[in-house]
Amino acid sequence: MSIQIRPILVALRRHKAGTLLIALQIALTLAIVCNALFIIHQRLANMSQASGVDEADVFVITNRWANSDQTTSQIDAQVRADLLALRQLPAVRDATPGSGYPLKGGGWDNYVMLTPEQVQPTTDAAVYTGDEHFIDTLGLKLVAGRNFRPDEVMVMGTQQAITPPSVIVSKALADRLFPGGHALGKSFYSMGPVPTTIVGIVDTLQRQGVDRYAQSHAGQSLIWPLRADDARGIYYIVRAKPGQLAAAMREAPKALLAQNRMRIIDPKDGVQDYATIHHKVYDNDRGMAILMGIICVVLLAITAAGIVGLTSFWVGQRRKQIGVRRALGARQRDILTYFLTENFLISAAGVALGTVLAIVFNLWTVTRFSMAPISMAYVGVGVLVLLLLGQGAVLAPALRASRVSPVEATRGG
Amino acid sequence: MFAYYFQLGLRSLRRNPALTALMVMAIGFGVAASMTTYSVFRAVSGNPIPDKSARLFTPQVDAWGPQQNLKGGEPAEALSYIDATALMRAHEAKRQTLLYQVLLSAIPTGSRDMPLSLISYAVTSDFFSMFEVPFRYGSGWSAQDDDARAADVVISDALNQKLFGGANSVGRTLDLSGHDYRIVGVASHWNPRPRFYDLFSTDGFDEEPDVYMLFNRAIDLKMRPSGRNSCRGSLSFTTWQGYLQSNCVWITPWVELDSPAEVAGYRRFLTNYAADQQRAGRFNWAPNVRLRDVMQWMDYEKVVPPESRISLAVALGFFLICLVNTIGLLLAKFMRRAGEIGVRRALGATRGEIYTQYLIEAGTVGLAGGLLGLLLTAVGVGGIGLLFRPQIAKLATLDPSLVTLTFAVAIVATVLAAFYPAWRAAHVQPAWQLKSS
Repeated sequence: MSIQIRPILVALRRHKAGTLLIALQIALTLAIVCNALFIIHQRLANMSQASGVDEADVFVITNRWANSDQTTSQIDAQVRADLLALRQLPAVRDATPGSGYPLKGGGWDNYVMLTPEQVQPTTDAAVYTGDEHFIDTLGLKLVAGRNFRPDEVMVMGTQQAITPPSVIVSKALADRLFPGGHALGKSFYSMGPVPTTIVGIVDTLQRQGVDRYAQSHAGQSLIWPLRADDARGIYYIVRAKPGQLAAAMREAPKALLAQNRMRIIDPKDGVQDYATIHHKVYDNDRGMAILMGIICVVLLAITAAGIVGLTSFWVGQRRKQIGVRRALGARQRDILTYFLTENFLISAAGVALGTVLAIVFNLWTVTRFSMAPISMAYVGVGVLVLLLLGQGAVLAPALRASRVSPVEATRGG
Repeated sequence: MFAYYFQLGLRSLRRNPALTALMVMAIGFGVAASMTTYSVFRAVSGNPIPDKSARLFTPQVDAWGPQQNLKGGEPAEALSYIDATALMRAHEAKRQTLLYQVLLSAIPTGSRDMPLSLISYAVTSDFFSMFEVPFRYGSGWSAQDDDARAADVVISDALNQKLFGGANSVGRTLDLSGHDYRIVGVASHWNPRPRFYDLFSTDGFDEEPDVYMLFNRAIDLKMRPSGRNSCRGSLSFTTWQGYLQSNCVWITPWVELDSPAEVAGYRRFLTNYAADQQRAGRFNWAPNVRLRDVMQWMDYEKVVPPESRISLAVALGFFLICLVNTIGLLLAKFMRRAGEIGVRRALGATRGEIYTQYLIEAGTVGLAGGLLGLLLTAVGVGGIGLLFRPQIAKLATLDPSLVTLTFAVAIVATVLAAFYPAWRAAHVQPAWQLKSS
């Protein structure tokens, strides 16, 4: 059986408007759908990045000091007492003081240079501070070197820019600075006059921020052995014993308030588990993915419905012609093939135009929002989806057309 | 005639329920998607101080130099202490202010046993008049108070409600983070969004501040910014003085300039200031200054989240597809009645009348689509919290203007979509139709 394309094209010329509308609709749908799929994929990829933290057991207490006039040594004494109290809680495995925590959003980051004279930074690293309990508390995996020793931990007061002599870096930062896996024992400069030497490397440690700037330096973090005794406040990162997160989250703030009441732990978000932190920091990504998902589904449904509607109308209009063809010997299958082929031709024209539109829309997002250029795989998937959608949508009216009886030829004027 | 055509339109809606439902849904979904995303866009892109936005400027001076400044050679988005105070001292604008975010807490007294964390700003006296802060009680402080480094504060109505039950608290003393302050004013609810005056530390959509304290006082108390702080090069300061003398930027300056001449004058002053710094050896690069007004500043700081623009663009594209869909369906719907049109034309109806009738019929589709659209927009605005951060989501509201817009857009778009199908309907050849039926 040969498919007769020429007669279809001739017939389409008599339905210019309808043909054009379906093709246009398919083109626009393709442009939107493959960009939306691409955005969804990117956002989901962002959200599924590993933080490196044992998220099931870790929570963070945001502790602000009510009195701003404490000296650094007063604060340090309080912080040490607080940590001792936290670590002694039955449900708590470990705790560390911090100036920030992974996925906090925003946060402290430093330029990193390899030499002291260098003005242009080599790269950028998120900066974490903590004591010798930092790695165990977050549940990080030390892949090379050693943990901090207790005597290495220095005090950092409120207005102080201190570069400790030793640092633990994430593998991503180590590989970026010293490709080839020889980072251990090497030194670098991070916005200070003295070098800091890599004593340990941890596997994965996501940055505090997840914005576009952070994404371009994803996973590049450093940990300095510092107790951040800032007059404004401190974060206590706490790891509960397995399965005791809820209990630990209840006990910890009580233990801190029992130590000293001149602190503020916000009742709303002063104590947050990692599920909450993770959920919050990816708000934008999740929102975009949901919106694009809804739009894709509704859009495909509407386009399919539109094709069904217009094709049904055509079938209705052409009942007599179909009857004539059937009377002249065309089989039901021929009629079915006719409408399927017709739709395929229109869809093909539509997806051709749609591919161009999809790329144009993507270029706009690339130049305007520095988003990534779309991968052709998405356009390919989109083309396939729309061609199948078109064939699926046209099937019902085409089947109805194929069942038109040859008797129709004799009816009417 | 309009009422009659409208009735005909309603009747015709019922004739092909499936086709009608499809069109109404297409219009409804399209309008709702556009309106929901637009409600967010409108909230985040609005002018927060329309009557003065063209007269308020934030000066920038490049103190980092071409090797360390921002992308595209742009100077830092805030000033260091040295440059900020130098601009204040020069006093080249009629009104000017410096501001930065600080952390204060209300120390417990009486029945309150827990300290309260307060969102606060350190500002200078002109802040209140420049930004038109409304007052419930009292007022801001004077320039003399700035010089006297007074322990004066202005508190928000909400804080006044919390601490003093809403009574006039002007003149009362408040212990903030261990220091006594005198309340000189209680501001009425004031939280312009986007928060144009502090886009360095906020994304523009933060909660209303609780306390405004004297900039000089905050410096005296060595209150480090609780907002953003950005530095370059090699840092080694360990004291407050060291921090003040560093290249770290954290202070946002604003000046009020009333005429193009004043703007030009201030720009000259900024350039001269930078040139002086270059001559003095502090900068070893040519003057690189900016003077942006409120809208330019919001644009430069990209206050509108890219998510908002992209989702609006995608939603408009979606609406466009729905309209293309509607054109096709209207064409099918109208042309199915070619015979009926033929009869009407043969009985003397003019093309214009057919045209009007079908446009009105399309209008009824638009109306129904608008109703569905409104319903879905309400659902969308209600569920916007799923799509945007809470601070932004709560700015999106279904107010009367959005309701009106939803209907207007639905009806106008449908009628526009009907132009071609109605034109085709009006050009039906009566003779041909009559013959074939």
